[in-house]
Formats: sequence, structure tokens, C-alpha cells
Amino acid sequence: MTDEQIVSELAVILNEVAGVDQSKVSADKSFLDDLEVDSLSMVEVVMAAEDKFGVKIPDEEVKNLRTVGDAVAFIKKSA
Amino acid sequence: MAGVGVYRPEKIVLNDDIAHLIDSSDQWIRERSGIIQRRYANENESVADMAVAACLEAIKESGINPVDIDLVVLATATNPAQLPNLAMEIATRIGATNAGAYDIGAACSGFSYGLAVVSSAILSGDAKNAIIVGSERMTDFVSEKDRGTAFLFADGAGAFVVTSSDKTEISNPVWGADGTLNDWICMTKDWSSYVNEKDAEFPALKMEGQKVFRWAITEMVGIAQRTLEKAGIGVDDLGAFVPHQANQRITDHIAKSLKFPPHVAIARDGINMGNTTAATIPLALDTLRRNGEVKSGDLALLLGFGAGLAYSGQVIVVP
Repeated sequence: MTDEQIVSELAVILNEVAGVDQSKVSADKSFLDDLEVDSLSMVEVVMAAEDKFGVKIPDEEVKNLRTVGDAVAFIKKSA
Repeated sequence: MAGVGVYRPEKIVLNDDIAHLIDSSDQWIRERSGIIQRRYANENESVADMAVAACLEAIKESGINPVDIDLVVLATATNPAQLPNLAMEIATRIGATNAGAYDIGAACSGFSYGLAVVSSAILSGDAKNAIIVGSERMTDFVSEKDRGTAFLFADGAGAFVVTSSDKTEISNPVWGADGTLNDWICMTKDWSSYVNEKDAEFPALKMEGQKVFRWAITEMVGIAQRTLEKAGIGVDDLGAFVPHQANQRITDHIAKSLKFPPHVAIARDGINMGNTTAATIPLALDTLRRNGEVKSGDLALLLGFGAGLAYSGQVIVVP
């Protein structure tokens, strides 16, 4: 998958789980500050992303995923 | 199931009343938990006092003479004394002078575990009429300054009267516990550490909120499904879903995953009562009944889960 495809899939997840407008999702956006995804929603996003991309995102790694781009990089590295 | 009774402490505490203690806000608490207000017990509302009031209300609905009650079980995590258990005092105060009485502890699953215990006692013939009551003063064991727990937990009590019946009205539980995760919801220290440490702070509840959240929204969906299968019913047969009121967002996720049809009432008493640990399920069922959201004879899926980590699911016929 390309970076753009992963961002696009994450946008779908963010919309379904946290009601984020898909058009606002891009690699540079911060989950918390820009997209207003709080910690509990982030748990749900991570779970959905694990299912979607077939990766395991450990709890200790989640706090390092500040932006959508961070998540894309982790998913590419782990897939 | 012959009666439901509750006790809601007098004092209502709004998010704005406590938010400043945890550097938070009404909006943050609402978004994070769904809670708008909760109730805190005063010095005249002990665990036993609240339990007695809930039991008396349940007995009144049941029409049973208290001397005909054979068993009184209290589920609590907040009896401040090591012994005796509080159920004996409660039995005496409600006039259940012929009853066996004891406490059980399974924290947020306590009421569900206790319901299974009294149901078994009746099915075995050990008791003809029994009471299970959950009563908690969580505020005695939660730090008002802990950002992870202070806004969630609160006080209250609720009771079911259970009697022998020709029909099965309480399904066998689907229950379990995973002690490897017990440090996700636990006390900051045990009593001996408190006594031996110089200037020790009083033990308080602590919780790994995000881990517990993830556990609850992943594991409890399957437990709920297994509970329905064990009871031989599907979601369409239900009238209500009454989960432990830990956090409305857990309820949201489980309800969404189970795809309840629109006629299934979802208990959300925690919005106004917070998390009262072993008392949430009877309190939540009481609210659904008072609001006319469930009627007598409906099937309700009860789902207790929390510290241990322990859980128990059952289906009951609403009285």
C-alpha cells in the first residue's frame, strides 16, 4: 500500500470511530490537536487499524503516534 | 425475580463541582465518560444504611414477609471494616431474622456474581426467598485528585429479591476472571503497607483506564454473545441491555457491536449516577423500569465487568 492509500484507509476508520471529517485527514495532522481524537477514541482507532492492516500496535507504541503520518510510518514498517 | 429496590444518596455532584480538583472540565468529563452528574453519600449514608434502604424497597415490591427470606448476600468492595461482613447487620435491620447472610466481593462484577449465587441457592433448595444487594461508598476509596478515577466513581445501592419459581427467570452465568490483569484496577497499596509506611497516603483506587477500556470493548462483546447463546435467545428477544455503568463509551461500543434492534432499551443510568461499582446494574434496571423503557416480563441482558479483571453475564426476566 502507498502512503496515500494508508492515509485514506485511516480516514475511513477515523470517520467511523470518532466522527472525523475524512477530508481533514492528512499525514501532517495531529490526532489529538488537529483531529480532536481523544485517548479512548485512539484506543478504538488503533484496534480498527490493527484489524484493517493486519499489524499489532503495542500500547507503549500508541503514545508515539502523534500524527497520522506517524501511524502511516509505523504501519508500513510493521506490515 | 420478585422485586427491585434502590437507594440514591441525597447529594448530587455535578462535573463542575469536581473538575477543578483534577484540572479538568465539564465538557472533558462528558466526552470521556458520558457522565453529567453523580451522587456522593454523606456521613448518615453508610454502605449498610444504603443497602437496607434498597432492600426494603425491593421487599416492598415483592410482597414477601422479611421473616420468610432465607438468604441475604451483599456485594460490596467498600465495607470499611475487615469484619464482620455487613450482610448480617443488613439482614437484621430489614427483619430477615431467619436468613443466612454474608458478603461477596467481585468489585464491579459483584452484583452479577451475587445474583448467580442467590439464584443457585434457590435452584438447589437452600433458599426459597433471597436478596442480593450491591452497595458502595466508592468515595471512601477514591482520591478526589486522581484524574483517572475521581470523576467516574460514586455511591449508591440496589437490590433484587429473588424467589423460587416454576420458570427459569435467571439464566446461568457466563463468568470468568483473569488475575494476570489485576493490577489494571487495584488499590495504590494494601493495608499492611499503609500501616508500615511512614506518612503513607490512604489507599485509593487506581486504574489503567485505556487498557481497561480496550479490554472491555473487545472481551465483553463476546461474553455478551455467549450469555445470549447460553440462555438460548438472540438480540431480537431482548427488551433491555443493562451493562455495568463503567463508562458510556464502553456501553456505546458494546451496543454498536452487538447490533441491538431499536426496541432494545440501553441502560444509561451512569450518566446521572456515575460508576457505583456493585450497585450499577440494579440502579440502571430501576431507571429503565421507572421510565417505562422496559416492562414486566421483558428479557434483560445483564453484564458485569471490572476489577479482577472479572466479568459475569446473565439474562433475567424483568419483574
